[in-house]
Amino acid sequence: MNSAVPADERRRRLRQRHAAERRFRLAGAAAVLISAGFLLFLLATMVSGGLRGFTRTQIALPVDFAAAGLPLDPGQLEGREGAASLAGAGFEGLTDHAAIAAFGPHGARLLSDAAWISVRNAVRRDPSLLARRAVIQVPAASGIDIAFKGRGTPEAEAEVASLARRSAISSHFNAALFSAADSTDAAAVGVWGALKGSLLTMAVTLGLAFPVGVLAALYLEEYAPRNRWTDLIEVSINNLAAVPSIIFGLLGLALFLNTLGLPRSAPLVGGLTLALMTMPVIVIAGRNAIKGVPPSIRDAALAVGASPVQVVFHHVLPLALPGILTGTIIGMARALGETAPLLMIGMRAFVAAPPDRLTDPATALPVQIFLWSDEVNRGFVEKTSAAILVLLFVLLAMNGLAVYLRNRLETRW
Amino acid sequence: MTLPNRSKIEAKGVSVFYGDNQAIRDVSLNIDQDRVTAFIGPSGCGKSTFLRTLNRMNDTIAGARVEGEIRLDGDDIYASGMDVVELRARVGMVFQKPNPFPKSIYENVAYGARIHGLARSREALDAVVEQALTRAGLWNEVKDRLKDSGTALSGGQQQRLCIARAIAVDPEVILMDEPCSALDPIATARIEELIHELRGRYAIAIVTHNMQQAARVSQVTAFFHMGQLVEHGDTAQLFTSPREERTKDYITGRYG
Repeated sequence: MNSAVPADERRRRLRQRHAAERRFRLAGAAAVLISAGFLLFLLATMVSGGLRGFTRTQIALPVDFAAAGLPLDPGQLEGREGAASLAGAGFEGLTDHAAIAAFGPHGARLLSDAAWISVRNAVRRDPSLLARRAVIQVPAASGIDIAFKGRGTPEAEAEVASLARRSAISSHFNAALFSAADSTDAAAVGVWGALKGSLLTMAVTLGLAFPVGVLAALYLEEYAPRNRWTDLIEVSINNLAAVPSIIFGLLGLALFLNTLGLPRSAPLVGGLTLALMTMPVIVIAGRNAIKGVPPSIRDAALAVGASPVQVVFHHVLPLALPGILTGTIIGMARALGETAPLLMIGMRAFVAAPPDRLTDPATALPVQIFLWSDEVNRGFVEKTSAAILVLLFVLLAMNGLAVYLRNRLETRW
Repeated sequence: MTLPNRSKIEAKGVSVFYGDNQAIRDVSLNIDQDRVTAFIGPSGCGKSTFLRTLNRMNDTIAGARVEGEIRLDGDDIYASGMDVVELRARVGMVFQKPNPFPKSIYENVAYGARIHGLARSREALDAVVEQALTRAGLWNEVKDRLKDSGTALSGGQQQRLCIARAIAVDPEVILMDEPCSALDPIATARIEELIHELRGRYAIAIVTHNMQQAARVSQVTAFFHMGQLVEHGDTAQLFTSPREERTKDYITGRYG
């Protein structure tokens, strides 16, 4: 007890201190609430708009295959020749006729442009259909789809009402979203093409940026002497991590497309460009993780006669790996969400088929979102939100993986 | 004392610089094969620095430079033909703070033997680990939990694990840099006992700031002050009748 300070004075100071702590706690909680609020608003908007994109409206279309007399042999629809004969069979006309017969003069306009594909696939699955009448579920046109989900024009609403009276319209999970690529018809688009493009691009990015970034970090931390040159390199790398991504896009355009002549719009070039962008992030994260390994561990290994390379690969790298992986995944997540550099190297093209190889033309998820958000057709609005949800989910999965790996591999000492 | 007096390490005119700063001035000192040599002196006197020159651990410090000559069994360890990895396998080291690898007890001990190819088979490696842990006086305490993490042991056990790790490489010399300064008195006594048991099998040099410890474990003591070797000789003689005034002041507690 300090008798020099009177008791009431001490109590007053105590009250002030407690009040200051309460204020600080409240300010902190408010900051968290504000950011959580923004996040919730974003998610709520995306989910309310995007969930509709995960369902699609289908129309039950009665088709009289027997009467149409398609030039097809039910026994020979397999393989390459089967595919060729299916392609030449005239399903588009058949589908239009069936729609007009079933729903009146503008029946064909009720169906998606891709409706004939559903009819064709039904025949491929079950060739016996060719001999009889059957009801095929086909995707509705974009306008009908929107109207059925409750936001259509009055004309479309009337069409939906008449279809509903005949019980010919229903809502289903939109599987095409995860198997199709871009299309001019909003009812037929899918994110698979863009997602696959993104995955291929990420594979290239990871394959290049991870080994180069980790080796650079190891060299700078464990081998390089500390002098003016390494200081310069350190500053440059930190700077590079802050360079706007569009500049990496321009660099990729100049280097990979113009100088090296690699194919435009390809995941290979996208991956190389994003690797340039991700590498500094990995180097910085890697150096911090390597710095975090206690020097006593290096001493211990050196003292039992481990060579510098053995020290690095047996001790330093395994202990730094959780930090390196976390940094890498965060860098990759950033690259996955990157749009600007991909625009520069031509990955904004309309690509209607998912890429199969690294040199095939492709687009990436964020670019696809950007492209769809620019479309006039109202059917694209919900597809854009659905694509954003898919992107957010992939990002969430990646960041979750980072947390899991960190907890799993982290060593305490 | 009737022990033979063979020198394992001979240091002649050794000076160590950290940049422009001279940490050791012209030290000549021999480490005997069969006698424990203790380095004592106040903080910053250079005793740890000198110890670390003996297996070239100073190489890892940027700007450190060693002059003079240090011979292990007659071979100059700073000669260009000397392989540092090979040297450190022959001259093991135990540090001030126990620093087991964050791996299992078994892996901690087996690591050195494995990288030097001392064991060809799983059985041979098991034998090396058991022998090293036995010599370090740890086998009975850990034989049932070799898979546990080395960092889960108590401080004293961790330090004995580090000694076992050094022994497993089958060194000729063991350097100990204040091995007990982070340990409680009971663990310290256990390590001191261990040093007695290891004497003769390995040449041992130990840095300590604890004069009682130097008196208990060593047969030769070297007193360092301000980077210089002030006096060295038979431990009993140095503590009872020091030749130098500075030594006397230090061991009677005038400074340090």
